[in-house]
Amino acid sequence: MILVDENTTFIVQGITGREAVNLTRECLDYGRGAKIVGGVTPGRRGRDVHGVPVFDTVAQAVEDHGAPIDGSVVTVPPAFTKDAVFEALDNAIKLVVIVTERIPRGDVAQMVELARERDARIIGPNCLGIIVPDVIKMGGIGGPARDAAKSYSPGPVGVISRSGGMTTEMSSTLTAAGLGQSTAVSIGGDAIIGSSYAELMPLFEADPQTEAIVIYTEPGGRMEAELARWVTENDSRLPIVAFMAGRFMDEMPGMSFGHAGTIVEGKEDTATEKIARLAEAGIVVAEEISQIPGIVAEKIAARAAAAS
Amino acid sequence: MRFFEYESRAIVAKAGIPVTKHGLAKSALEAREIAEEIAGPVVIKSQVLTGGRMKAGGVQFAETPDEAAGHAERVLELEIGGHMPRGVLVDSRAAVKHEYYAGVVWDGIRKLPVMLFSDMGGIDIEEVAEQHPDHVARGHFSTLRPFSDWQAKQLIASLGITGSTLNRLTPVLAKLARLFLQYDMTLAEINPLSELEGGAIVALDAHMDMENEARPRQQALLRELGVGDEETRQAREATPFELAGEEVDAQDHRGVAGNVTEFDGNLGLVIGAGGGSLTLFDAVRAHGGHPANYCEIGGNPSVRKTCGLAKLVLEKPGVERIAVMMSIVSNTRVDIVARGVIKACLELGFDPAEKIAIFRIPGAWEEEGFKILEKYGIDYADRSVSLDEAAKRAVEKIERSSIGQAKPEAEPPHQDAGQDAPRSTP
Repeated sequence: MILVDENTTFIVQGITGREAVNLTRECLDYGRGAKIVGGVTPGRRGRDVHGVPVFDTVAQAVEDHGAPIDGSVVTVPPAFTKDAVFEALDNAIKLVVIVTERIPRGDVAQMVELARERDARIIGPNCLGIIVPDVIKMGGIGGPARDAAKSYSPGPVGVISRSGGMTTEMSSTLTAAGLGQSTAVSIGGDAIIGSSYAELMPLFEADPQTEAIVIYTEPGGRMEAELARWVTENDSRLPIVAFMAGRFMDEMPGMSFGHAGTIVEGKEDTATEKIARLAEAGIVVAEEISQIPGIVAEKIAARAAAAS
Repeated sequence: MRFFEYESRAIVAKAGIPVTKHGLAKSALEAREIAEEIAGPVVIKSQVLTGGRMKAGGVQFAETPDEAAGHAERVLELEIGGHMPRGVLVDSRAAVKHEYYAGVVWDGIRKLPVMLFSDMGGIDIEEVAEQHPDHVARGHFSTLRPFSDWQAKQLIASLGITGSTLNRLTPVLAKLARLFLQYDMTLAEINPLSELEGGAIVALDAHMDMENEARPRQQALLRELGVGDEETRQAREATPFELAGEEVDAQDHRGVAGNVTEFDGNLGLVIGAGGGSLTLFDAVRAHGGHPANYCEIGGNPSVRKTCGLAKLVLEKPGVERIAVMMSIVSNTRVDIVARGVIKACLELGFDPAEKIAIFRIPGAWEEEGFKILEKYGIDYADRSVSLDEAAKRAVEKIERSSIGQAKPEAEPPHQDAGQDAPRSTP
């Protein structure tokens, strides 16, 4: 597993919002039960959400916990997100999952820059978070605990996806084929995100449980080219299988579909070009999601055979 | 959202970057008046949100106000790339000594803004970068620390520029970098950035794109420029069908049932979520289907909203059936979407079992949803049927009914869910 484990402590910023209340319930119920040590909503100190104490500030939550807190799930409106993330980072939180969507890029860039200075990591924005099957989920990924349990199962596949829903769809397909997941990460659908495929690869590379990677990708941006370059430059032990959605968008430049970052602006960010780049780097691009488990199983078997 | 050239010029001028004397004319008469005021040779430039103005004849040169009026009259009537101009920019023609390029864009990999500068201005920067890479300088800059003039100076000087040109260019580029961040631009470009015979540096053309997400906090600027909320400034104008989709989505604030895009096929799509819609749209086309529309459902919209979207799609001329499909949902409720689409069929007098080619939404509240679907005899599928397979089934049904055969009987409900509740068709 990467990023989180059963001992990970986190807070929920904006915990009293409708979605955040549900998300808190889901995370508490899932796997071994997330250690949500507090929630923050300014002006609501003293309340609780499903037994999680609510504070006015992150500093209060840290003080109450009596030790550094590992992570935060940020679900505050776009206009307040930058401030909330800065508050988390300045209170020594090292893993920030930003659920909020529609945050202007300038704000995201600032958060990412500060996270770099603080040696912290951001996942998202516009994402559903992280799940280690049967252990912990941090964010809305997979939905209520009983639904998440239907889609996710523990195993050897690391999943990275620009779409929150498709993280679950692909994991469910893998699960049905008997291939569990080491960790699934919904990285977010915006043009600038805290952690790209290439930035998560070294973590999966170092994780002994992970034997293969499945990615979901879309037109727009240069993240796939970055991954292709990473794979070419690093002698990765992990086979990667990709699925590319939004192929129709190549004929419709300048129009955004699906996610804010999903837009064809130049030749390089078309689906066609990305598929070619990924293939050049030895990444298999599946035509249909249902083909993914077969390809993954084959790749894992081939590696095992080569190793013996 | 893209700005017209006249707006982009106003933005750079507001940031303190010199521009030539110019004005926006909406008639030949206005063009003449502006040309008279400029009192010299002018350029008439069509104000359209598309490229290729020069080739299309949308840029004309005039020596006299009479000539300017004549050109303006023609250019105002000239359609370029499907766009009618909003007006013409009447710009004084300056004596240019040298043309530079200055632009700022986002680098999504480094996650920083990057400034590009070239001493070969006036042509497409990508072309320059390809053919004369040593004439393009690039510099990333921080979003946390204020942009400092030396950063611009260093970039310009890296191309060997010195003397008063360096000192005059430096503040212009620094101002461009600052306005890029201040106004939430995704592109801020001055091309050409010209050095006039007297040595002055002026922006002769500017191109600005602002991030849609930033519109709420850039209201002051947008008001100043006279850009209304109703102007979407997307790559193409919204069709009446798409506008109706926006209205449906705006009915209430619960979830999303929108982002409708019109196509001309016979299979209506009620699909979601973000990534799921992209996958499903591709799948329908891969199986030879012809979508009538694209859309996205997500975030658990109300029955009313889902019903509204389904009705809109069902009523679209040429739509024979609809396919209701999503990737596994965790927030949106299966039963609510089912109720919404069935209600839409019934209210329009259609048999849901006939009109809904397939319903494939697994996930939250699926047991409840599948019960309702069974009751109406609708062909549905759970997660064991892939998005691709579901799309294929929908396309096959449409093809069967389109090739002139008798209308098929309502398909028996798919048995994947293993439920045997009695069915009844209304």
